[in-house]
Amino acid sequence: MATQQTRSIGRIAVAPSVLALFLWMIVPLAMTVWFSFLRYNLLDPNPACSLMTPGALLDAANRCMAGAANYYYFLTDPAFFKAMRNSLLLVFWVLVISVAGGTLLALLLDQAIYGRNAVRLMVIAPFFVMPTVSALVWKNMMMHPVQGFLAWITKSLGLGAIDWFAHYPMTAIVIMVSWQWMPFATLIILTALQSFDEEQKEAAQMDGAPPLSFFWYMIVPHLARPVTVVILIETIFLLNIFAEIYVTGSGGRAGNLPFLVYHYGLLSNDIGGASAGGVIAVILANIAAFFLMRMIGKNLEA
Amino acid sequence: MGAITLRNVSKAFGDAVIIPGADLEIAHGEFVVFVGPSGCGKSTLLRLIAGLEDLTSGQILIDGEDVSGVPPARRGLAMVFQSYALYPHMSVRNNIAFGLRMAGMPKEEIDAKVARAALTLNLTDCLERKPRQLSGGQRQRVAIGRAIVRQPKCFLFDEPLSNLDAALRVNMRIEIMQLHRQLDATMIYVTHDQVEAMTMADRIVVLNKGVIEQVGSPLELYNTPNSLFVAGFIGSPKMNFISGPFAARHNAATTGIRPEHIALTGAGGDVQGAIMLTEHLGADSFLHIDAGEAGRLTVRAPGEYGGKPGDAVALRFDAARLHRFDSQGKVIV
Repeated sequence: MATQQTRSIGRIAVAPSVLALFLWMIVPLAMTVWFSFLRYNLLDPNPACSLMTPGALLDAANRCMAGAANYYYFLTDPAFFKAMRNSLLLVFWVLVISVAGGTLLALLLDQAIYGRNAVRLMVIAPFFVMPTVSALVWKNMMMHPVQGFLAWITKSLGLGAIDWFAHYPMTAIVIMVSWQWMPFATLIILTALQSFDEEQKEAAQMDGAPPLSFFWYMIVPHLARPVTVVILIETIFLLNIFAEIYVTGSGGRAGNLPFLVYHYGLLSNDIGGASAGGVIAVILANIAAFFLMRMIGKNLEA
Repeated sequence: MGAITLRNVSKAFGDAVIIPGADLEIAHGEFVVFVGPSGCGKSTLLRLIAGLEDLTSGQILIDGEDVSGVPPARRGLAMVFQSYALYPHMSVRNNIAFGLRMAGMPKEEIDAKVARAALTLNLTDCLERKPRQLSGGQRQRVAIGRAIVRQPKCFLFDEPLSNLDAALRVNMRIEIMQLHRQLDATMIYVTHDQVEAMTMADRIVVLNKGVIEQVGSPLELYNTPNSLFVAGFIGSPKMNFISGPFAARHNAATTGIRPEHIALTGAGGDVQGAIMLTEHLGADSFLHIDAGEAGRLTVRAPGEYGGKPGDAVALRFDAARLHRFDSQGKVIV
């Protein structure tokens, strides 16, 4: 099978896609890094600095090179710390809700119930809804203070309506994003539950483990690994949440790091500052990933 | 103590009847083996006794008490599973202790019991290890240890040796038999391997399609099988079955004779034939003989038999050991 010849043919065969993927990733990253050192503002009247021109480097007055200024201003911007806090809050709460809720849902779906396949399909459906669409649906149909479904419920109970995005934008975003990501957690955990060894279950039954002990001593350790996978994958995606915040107009109070980058780039037209923010976000995500892997990565061994 | 009675026990999954109705008495301290080909319902019967399956009808009594509706943990039984079903994330110690912890036993008592069980099973050195770090035989012993500490009225074994290699299987067989003598507990052991059944059992229960064909000591089943099925299942190599004119001369639909009850003679004999194939096992030789109207016969010849394929031989049957069966496959006495 893996002779010298087939191996080199294999390498040649995959080379184009590897090259394309590499360029795909490295070109935008390199451009971002390059921009982050430029004094590059779309409203700048000096056209030489508005483009990625090699001349900028040779410019005697060095008016276009910003040095570390973009980084300095981004990191000292009070909005940066607020965005960081929002990013972490969002990731934390969505993880808690989606893993806990996903586990409970998966336990329910693992039971033999009538129409199980249809129910399962419905449960994973939110995962297939585009973030922008789900944000619009939540904003205009669920959480709207006048015509929203939640408002109708609270008003029917005589409690009055809640204007979610005006008063609790962060909570609203967490609810929306949890709704989107719970199916993913449910799906992974359900698959893990189905792989639970039947004889082990029976052995625990013979050992007289009541349901709660069985859950705690058997199911929870069994789920350690899939939950680790869920946390790792969800963290990567949750750090990048943007559509829900943008579409619901919650960026002012619930804006996270990606939203701040957007704010720099497209609202303030400061491409240089936005690029610096982007690079900082990449570095922070890597630091987070590093600690996450260290903390829970041991669950993935063996 | 550990007497188990099955009264007209039946089990059906929907329309599929697995066990149409079984009656059985197991006395305290007996080593009973359920044996039969795969799909004969022997594991189902064991799981009914364990309480892992619900009865469709009938009663199961343990020490005279009806346990049909009692959950498995409160029947006072312990089971050793085919896959061992060890808890992978727990140490050997916790695996063995889990049932006791669930029963709310004080910690010192648990520790003492686990230590004793570990000593019995030679597991003391690996108490802190995880199951995946153990060999097959050790895992098997942990599974047995988990059963022992609960001091059950009866041990249930579900094909416990089928995942071990041949040499280890012989060893574990002996260990389980020693354990049985040591613990003075009832044991029910399920296997499809008739050698295990013959060597271990006080009594063998032969099952065929969910029906108990015959119950008896290993030698009873060997010497006086009451049906074609039992005759063919017990004994290795298989009993030779001869039907047709030869059987008709003995007033039977089928006659059976074990390979070890056929003698090779120079001439004459009951049937004549030619050697097709010889298998040399050292202590014995198995000869496959084409015996004309009697069909293909297997003959056990002691020691090293010199005959070559193609040689003509005459066979003499031990008349006292000739089994006769009617057209329903029942024995004719």
